[in-house]
Amino acid sequence: MKILIVDDSMFIRNRIERSLAIAGITEVLTARNGREAMVKFHAHKPELVTMDITMPEVDGIECTERMVQANAAVKILVVSAVADKATAILALKKGANGFLIKPFEETEINDALNRLIQGNRRGRK
Amino acid sequence: MDENDIQILIDGTVHYFRSTVGQSTEVGAPYLVEDREPVVSDFTGIIAISGVYTGCVYFTAPRAMLRHILMVNGETRADAEFMADVVGEVANTISGNARRHFGSEFEISVPEVFEGRAKDGQLQLAERSFVIPIAWRQYRASLVVSLID
Repeated sequence: MKILIVDDSMFIRNRIERSLAIAGITEVLTARNGREAMVKFHAHKPELVTMDITMPEVDGIECTERMVQANAAVKILVVSAVADKATAILALKKGANGFLIKPFEETEINDALNRLIQGNRRGRK
Repeated sequence: MDENDIQILIDGTVHYFRSTVGQSTEVGAPYLVEDREPVVSDFTGIIAISGVYTGCVYFTAPRAMLRHILMVNGETRADAEFMADVVGEVANTISGNARRHFGSEFEISVPEVFEGRAKDGQLQLAERSFVIPIAWRQYRASLVVSLID
């Protein structure tokens, strides 16, 4: 299984990558903004994505919508500092499967990703 | 911006540092600065705020503290680009978390970061800003809240 980590912060990309303790992940890809994320998404076809929201160029909400349109089976975990309910609902409406608020503990991101892998499809239209 | 609003940002700062670098972080009582003179350290990350408030929230920290934060998070690289990335992410996370209290009309920008002194127009402060002092180990950093209604 391939995972794409999308965040404009190198610190966060590395932190997520180092935290990963998910069985079956064969390749970790990273992108620093929505535009780069879409290029890697189409080129490598990851099954799992962690998605920041506030990013330059294409934000995470738009990126989520485009990814789900391209592949409805992709599982997207939004990992964002933006902590209001309206944003979380919007992300889920656009097709995200889960929402994790920064800052996060290592166990929290693994738990959230495992829930997605195990088939929690809440929010997907 | 009243005491309760400031407390939200203090709580967010405590939560961020305790999650990222451990329990030893202390956040001091905020103090008011009224001279529009920016409090800056070696690296500064700014989030522009619009909507329900206008202005900025910024985090500023010394190089040694940022190097240490990177180290305790397992990073072997601690160059200027990486330190700038960290101050931007701290400011972004604390500001983003504040939307839980302020709502989605507390609109935040992507971070702008700089090293050293601010260039002209880079840090435009309100008449009154609140400085929230942060102490971790021997280091001192600040979260500055400069917002008008």
